[in-house]
Amino acid sequence: MSNPITTIAPEEAVQKLKYYQKGTFTVGNRLVAEADRSVQASRDRSNALTCGHRACQGCGEALGARYAIDAAMRATNNNLIAVNATGCLEVFTTPYPETSWQLPWLHSLFGNAAAVATGVAAAMRVKRRSDIRVVAQGGDGGTTDIGFQCLSGMFERNDDVLYICYDNEGYMNTGVQRSSATPPTARTATTAAVGPEPGNVFGTGKSVPRIAVAHNIPYVATATVADLHDLERKVTKAMSVRGARYIQIDVPCPLGWGAASHDTIRVARLAVECGFYPIFEAEHGRVTQVRKIRRQVPVIDYLKLQRRFAHLFKEGQEDPRVVRLQAICDANIAEYGLIDAVDEDE
Amino acid sequence: MLKQIEGSHAMAEAIALCRPEVICAYPITPQTHIVEGLGELVKEGSLVDCEYINVESEFAALSVAIGASAAGARAYTATASQGLLFMAEAVYNASGLGLPIVMTLGNRAIGAPINIWNDHSDAMSMRDSGWLQLFAETNQEAVDLHIQAFRIAEELSMPVMVCVDGFILTHAMERIDIPDQTAVDAYLPPYDPVQVLDPASPISIGAMVGPEAFTEVRFLAHYKQMQALRLIPEFAGEFARQFGRNSGGLLRAYRTEDAELLVVAMGSICGTIKDTIDEMRDDGIRVGLVTIVSFRPFPVDALRNALAGAKDVVVIEKSVAVGMGGQLADNIGAAIRNLTRAPRLHSAVAGLGGRSITRASLHHLFRQAAVQPWEGTHFLDLNEKVVGREIHRKRKNRRSGPTAENILRQLAIATGLPAAE
Repeated sequence: MSNPITTIAPEEAVQKLKYYQKGTFTVGNRLVAEADRSVQASRDRSNALTCGHRACQGCGEALGARYAIDAAMRATNNNLIAVNATGCLEVFTTPYPETSWQLPWLHSLFGNAAAVATGVAAAMRVKRRSDIRVVAQGGDGGTTDIGFQCLSGMFERNDDVLYICYDNEGYMNTGVQRSSATPPTARTATTAAVGPEPGNVFGTGKSVPRIAVAHNIPYVATATVADLHDLERKVTKAMSVRGARYIQIDVPCPLGWGAASHDTIRVARLAVECGFYPIFEAEHGRVTQVRKIRRQVPVIDYLKLQRRFAHLFKEGQEDPRVVRLQAICDANIAEYGLIDAVDEDE
Repeated sequence: MLKQIEGSHAMAEAIALCRPEVICAYPITPQTHIVEGLGELVKEGSLVDCEYINVESEFAALSVAIGASAAGARAYTATASQGLLFMAEAVYNASGLGLPIVMTLGNRAIGAPINIWNDHSDAMSMRDSGWLQLFAETNQEAVDLHIQAFRIAEELSMPVMVCVDGFILTHAMERIDIPDQTAVDAYLPPYDPVQVLDPASPISIGAMVGPEAFTEVRFLAHYKQMQALRLIPEFAGEFARQFGRNSGGLLRAYRTEDAELLVVAMGSICGTIKDTIDEMRDDGIRVGLVTIVSFRPFPVDALRNALAGAKDVVVIEKSVAVGMGGQLADNIGAAIRNLTRAPRLHSAVAGLGGRSITRASLHHLFRQAAVQPWEGTHFLDLNEKVVGREIHRKRKNRRSGPTAENILRQLAIATGLPAAE
């Protein structure tokens, strides 16, 4: 293959020394000697998705896809094929005759990535090339809505496919419309911030990670671009397992969420730290690990960075619906045990 | 080897002889027995090196085949009617990507009203999808066409749909010659894809194409089908030399010498038409049949040659483009429109939703074409009494209720059955 990729074991990616960035409780690299720095700062890190693609500045999906596919390629010694659903990731990576993908890549339709991946995996099995693994990827629209039937079928058959959903909570490629992954109250092009119940309504939407767990497949995880080492670890773990696997990554969309491009990581981190986006792993139908919240922040801190929630804070007035959003966070924290009763760091 | 066997099972055996590597199965009447047969062959171990995948929908069936084919495996699936519509997006995608998938279509009507019986509406709905469409007249031809289909598909790198009449062929028990493996292996070389997903030399497949190149992409798809006009007869000829019988090709002529009236049709109805023609020939009527095997690509030149000498052409088809007429007649009209002495064209729609097409009705239709030609599309054996009553009733009552149910009620009244009011 044309792109030699440095193999770095996940345990090497974990820093021995920890420096927290001021005011954010994030582990940083800048104060560490270069030799001790983690993969993120390595100069010869690989790029399954090379530069020159046309994603927006600060695109969470581009970042998530690069780290996820890089990790999957490392885990498979580059013997990897990607199937892509229609969507932003497909459009911005392959403006032919250019392509950003450094691995064999197939785009068929919006709603069939999981099934196409099943077909690729079947071809590899019949050709006795099971060393070649298959990743299917799509946005939340292509996964939780239009691709859901194919996804469930792939899960149920336990086909040897890792499906990665880059969840930016809406149809961003078509101009920010609501999907079944759009959170309550969020303004989209089809859930306008007007009327008595502005934005997306409460009581709708679905959690595909939970549904994936209910299929009893070998591995399910949620991840975030705010913790790329955790994402890499999960992808690596997923590739060590055979059968149907699902990883859903929270990837903020600066355009669709109305957040500053330089705030992508911050917004993603706050989504985790307030309990809005629980990060967990499940194996064979049981939750096995959760990412604890280091220091809980109120949901307002997460909401206020995004214009899609701006109608909740009109004229300095806090909308009562913020309390309901906080309740969702609290319920997530309780359900997954995201906060220990006694925090040892305190 | 000669076997007394159901059409579907004969097709399953023929497909197995083609050594498919990935088969996607989803049940839909009347195609189901084919994938059932294949499933059994895989389970019992007589079809080896084959992944048989029970999928959750027709959309997934063809999508799995797309993935398998793009990764270099010989892929097969089968469907019918609503199933073809449900996979429609993938049908266009498979041809757009140039993947040589072979799919059997057990021809069946499309609802509503729901109807499981045979006609060609399903095939017609995908006639412009870029797939080749070959229609079998008999179960022997259905068997042979599948073997030829893989050869044509892989030579052109385009998908092929083998259309077989639901029930009439799929469920008929008859004597069929199943070729042996050595002969099929000699005729059909292993699949050597023109492009393939391979980590050793990564390529991206399925990119977006804008206005700068879309016309050229479509032109080349059309060009490939024009190439097929040469390849289909060539491979049929090779098949005839190797297996000792004529199957496939673009079209076939039956007693067309000196014919003044030519009938054109596709599929299993050609048997009944041939019997009718024999009887009419006995009466001294100069009539013949042109059977179209390849509907896509449409054999324009071959048809012009075949129809040039006739005075009248009657097209009988099991489908109707509502609001226009018969699609086959329309295509034939386009083929002969610039002939210096073009025959008169008479369009008849028959056998919709499985209605029997009888020799008596055909006799009447063929004789009428010469002496009392009709304008537009003739619906053979239309129950005018029922239709008339319903049209009349609807004039009186604007809130007229569901059409299908009303027609059935009128039918009951017209035939003297007790009907609930």
